[in-house]
Amino acid sequence: MIKVSVMESDFDAGAEIKNLSALGGGAVTSFVGQVRGDGALDALELEHYPAMTEKALRKIADEALEKWDLHGITIIHRVGRLRVGEQIVLACTCSDHRQASIEACSYIMDQLKTVAPFWKKEIKQDGSESWVEERQSDLDAAKGWEN
Amino acid sequence: MTKEMPNQINIVYFAWVKERLGRDQEVIEFPELVENIGQLVEHLQNCDPAYRNVFTDLKKLRFALDQDFVGLDAALRDAEELAIFPPVTGG
Repeated sequence: MIKVSVMESDFDAGAEIKNLSALGGGAVTSFVGQVRGDGALDALELEHYPAMTEKALRKIADEALEKWDLHGITIIHRVGRLRVGEQIVLACTCSDHRQASIEACSYIMDQLKTVAPFWKKEIKQDGSESWVEERQSDLDAAKGWEN
Repeated sequence: MTKEMPNQINIVYFAWVKERLGRDQEVIEFPELVENIGQLVEHLQNCDPAYRNVFTDLKKLRFALDQDFVGLDAALRDAEELAIFPPVTGG
């Protein structure tokens, strides 16, 4: 079971984990990304490419299903203005085995950072704005799953 | 056949590309000689200095053709939508 969702409103991580757990399997891994409050940050503005986003998330989930034996995957990504401390993203995987669920969850997050059409703009407390630039460490992490 | 119709494509822009160009999408007509994304970008740069200013460093741009990531050498063929944007930063 694959569930992907892009939305402005917040999500209930506990409820999402419970839904995946209900599929059985015995190994559920979840990752929740939040807006980090460093460098006098006030909020992030998350932009995306609506026509492409869901397709890209589904592709990431399909690839994870091919690589690991999974019962289900849930990917939720928020867009719009998110204040420090707010949830941005949820990746959750369910499998019969711990290693598969943990690795698949990690893979999904690495792919989200490099092949899903989202862009973050930082809004500082003094009102200044700047687009976040891609990080080499994210590219390296995503590349690490090849082969 | 649609031979007499000018080649055209809808281009959508995101993040700082959109901000610097001052628009989020437009329909562009281009000559038949323009066959791939790299040639289309060059065509735009020749048409209007505004594109030259935004598309100065192609290494800082990414492209999607009909919602799939592609490189500068991707053929436009019958694609309907080209997206031009900076490297993604989600997650």
